[in-house]
Amino acid sequence: MKNTIAERIFDFLKNFPPFDILEKEQLLEIASNVKVTYVEKDTFVFKQDELPHQNFYIVKDGAIGLYRTMESDTILIDICDEGDIFGLRPLIQNDHYLMSAKANEESILYAISVEILKEIIKTNQKANKYIIASFSSNIKTPYAKTNSGNLFANIDTDTTFSEVQTAQYSKNPITCTKHSTIKEAALIMSDKKVGSILIVEDKKPIGIITDKDLRLKIATGLLSIDKNVSEIMSFPVITFPEKITIAEAQIAMIKHKITHLCITKDGSPNSELVGILSEHDIVVLHGNNPSVLIKELKRAKNVETLKYVREKSSNLLKGYIEQNIPITFISKIIAEITDAITIKAIELSILEMETEPPVKFSWLALGSQGRKEQLLITDQDNALIFEDVSQENYENVKTYFLKLSKKITSKLNSVGYKFCPADMMASNPKWCLSLSEWKQQFNNWITKPTEDAIMLCTIFFDFNFVFGDKELVTKLSKSIFKSINSFEIFLNFLGRNALKNPPPLGFFRQFLMEHDGNHKDQFDLKSRALMPLIDAARLIILSHNIKDKNNTISRFNKLAKIEPQNQDLYLSCADSFKILLHYRTEQGLKNNDSGRYINLNTLTKSEKLKLKGCFKPIKDIQDLLNIRYNLAQMM
Amino acid sequence: MFNLFKKKKYPSYWQKHIDAVKNSRNYSNYESIRFVCLDTETTGFDYENDRILCIGAVAIKNNKILVSDSFEVYMQQEVFNKETVKIHGIRRNGTEKKVSEEEAIIQFLEYLDDAVIIAHHTKFDLTMINNALKRLNIGPIKSKQLDTNYIHKKIAITNKFKKLYSLDELCEIYNIKMHDRHTALGDALLTAYVFLKLTYKYKKNNVLNLTNLINTNYYLNK
Repeated sequence: MKNTIAERIFDFLKNFPPFDILEKEQLLEIASNVKVTYVEKDTFVFKQDELPHQNFYIVKDGAIGLYRTMESDTILIDICDEGDIFGLRPLIQNDHYLMSAKANEESILYAISVEILKEIIKTNQKANKYIIASFSSNIKTPYAKTNSGNLFANIDTDTTFSEVQTAQYSKNPITCTKHSTIKEAALIMSDKKVGSILIVEDKKPIGIITDKDLRLKIATGLLSIDKNVSEIMSFPVITFPEKITIAEAQIAMIKHKITHLCITKDGSPNSELVGILSEHDIVVLHGNNPSVLIKELKRAKNVETLKYVREKSSNLLKGYIEQNIPITFISKIIAEITDAITIKAIELSILEMETEPPVKFSWLALGSQGRKEQLLITDQDNALIFEDVSQENYENVKTYFLKLSKKITSKLNSVGYKFCPADMMASNPKWCLSLSEWKQQFNNWITKPTEDAIMLCTIFFDFNFVFGDKELVTKLSKSIFKSINSFEIFLNFLGRNALKNPPPLGFFRQFLMEHDGNHKDQFDLKSRALMPLIDAARLIILSHNIKDKNNTISRFNKLAKIEPQNQDLYLSCADSFKILLHYRTEQGLKNNDSGRYINLNTLTKSEKLKLKGCFKPIKDIQDLLNIRYNLAQMM
Repeated sequence: MFNLFKKKKYPSYWQKHIDAVKNSRNYSNYESIRFVCLDTETTGFDYENDRILCIGAVAIKNNKILVSDSFEVYMQQEVFNKETVKIHGIRRNGTEKKVSEEEAIIQFLEYLDDAVIIAHHTKFDLTMINNALKRLNIGPIKSKQLDTNYIHKKIAITNKFKKLYSLDELCEIYNIKMHDRHTALGDALLTAYVFLKLTYKYKKNNVLNLTNLINTNYYLNK
């Protein structure tokens, strides 16, 4: 029978997760069994410690506050508004309600039988994941090991929008047996005009010989061509199943530093060989491959080529984000390319100078590039250190490096890395200094931590060596840690700075928006979500005297090892950071901007939930800083 | 003469209706009462000449609107009034599956069971239904009846003497979003929302039981 009411409820529910991912029939079934209830302001839907109802609830109109009472304190945990689900976890886990639900204003709720939902999540994997993920924000110990993995499970659901492309491999691979000689193998390769041959036994791949092996091991006279192929073959081979995606193949090749992957029936080395996938196949398919781009950079002779590669790398980034490649991998690749572009820009600039550099120097990337977290194209931040020179030579040397830096920064500007508006660039005489001057500069910042000094520290502390003499950088690092150790209160100042941006959720779990300026009513993802994590990671890693960790994710991972008692917190910070960085990149690519400001109205409910999930660790890490550095007293 | 005293032989569905209401044990406990909010769409407002085109209804039990317990029936009618088509949108040969008036009444009484009827301006809907019953030589409806208009008047602070409140006005007063206005089931749902909100308010100053609610119907019970 046609049921107008059920259809209306269906139309409402289909806008909200997890209902939006259900099959139409499944959702209609839910909609036609909804019980509609009305709750007056200040009345309870359920109370803490009550036994669960038969139904969970979704807010149709109004707002329901979730309160948790511990000892004598009652805390407002969350406010559910239109489309939010509550009261589900206890039903699935057969537990008492851990919170009370009270109407903050008069509300209409749809009560949905848990039995129907249970039936559906049995068959709908995506809905199941979403439900589990949604619990994590409502559980007693959000960092419990078992839940941390599920916290962001729903992020996978988005990948369905972009099909991950399957790599096309060469079927009928060229093979020989392990009893063949090297000469025989080489003849087959020449005959078939291929650069590699697989050695098989019972149809299973056991090794591979490539042109490179022949060049390095045979042509050099290392081995005779009459020897058995097994003498020079590389083994074991890396195998994958037929459905390997381009992304997986690229990751595997980079990880194992190889150029060929074997495709076998079930993906294991113990099954029948069905094909071979070479780096070349991927290049042909994909067009832009990071190693191809790097090779192109190495051959580059002018800024135009750098610019071209830079644009190519943006396409690459887009593809990676669409395919949901792990963000740590993406940032490594993009950082590699950015560094390679910078190095080339420096090399080209030195060529333009009339003379070679008078003394050793090193070029530093600062800020996000220094942390290798720069995915979207942003301003350049850099600095230059040169070797100490005698008083009389100083002026000449400094003039040389300033001139060189101007060439470099303007090349980077043409490539697309715009000049830093705050002039934090090596072309600025303040940031083109000798090693002693730099040591003095950092020592000044550390011992006289004015607000400006702290701000500069946050940028300069994330320096990363890009080009030149690494020894200079190592010396500077040592000196910096010495200064910090002799003036420990500096860390407290750094801590105060890290708490400058409060957690992104207000008391009512609403997003804190910008109140004025060009970005009024938008959410500042960089300063409210990413920076607090970056600042916290830097501070704590500095306090442990760790020198070689400049990247936020690897900092948190390292901290998780150093402080096992806080392992869960640090790992969830790393997870949040990954998701936020991924999200910012996605937004930036979508809107062709820095991705920094988000218009909340354009977010779907599930995106908002995802973001909210990332904010919890920010609050917790800030709480930790507050206690550890006694910051409450300093504020 | 004796025929007058002889028990009249009713169709079984009508007898079932009488028994359901008479034997119900649900009325004394508010939580166990099944309320049915209903609305009819008709060819016009003339009790004698106009006909019911559609009955829509949804049940409430223990302060919950049960979407699964809803009812909608369209009936085939000879009477046609193109003026009211504009309001309810039910065309003479529209696509809705239509049944005979008798079949619709049978289905409706079956659905109604021992429920207490709630409508907005109940007198109109019930008179239309009772006249349909009369054409089948049965009726009038035995169910207990409530009217959201009168419950509202009982608790409203102002305008007490204004004679009638429209459903639109009540939705406005009680802040209910209007959807599917002027479809039978849509209006039945709005009436259900109004009833839920009214009883919440009513509870604050009155004891909520069926007798008290029925007593708000001073007009209906005359």
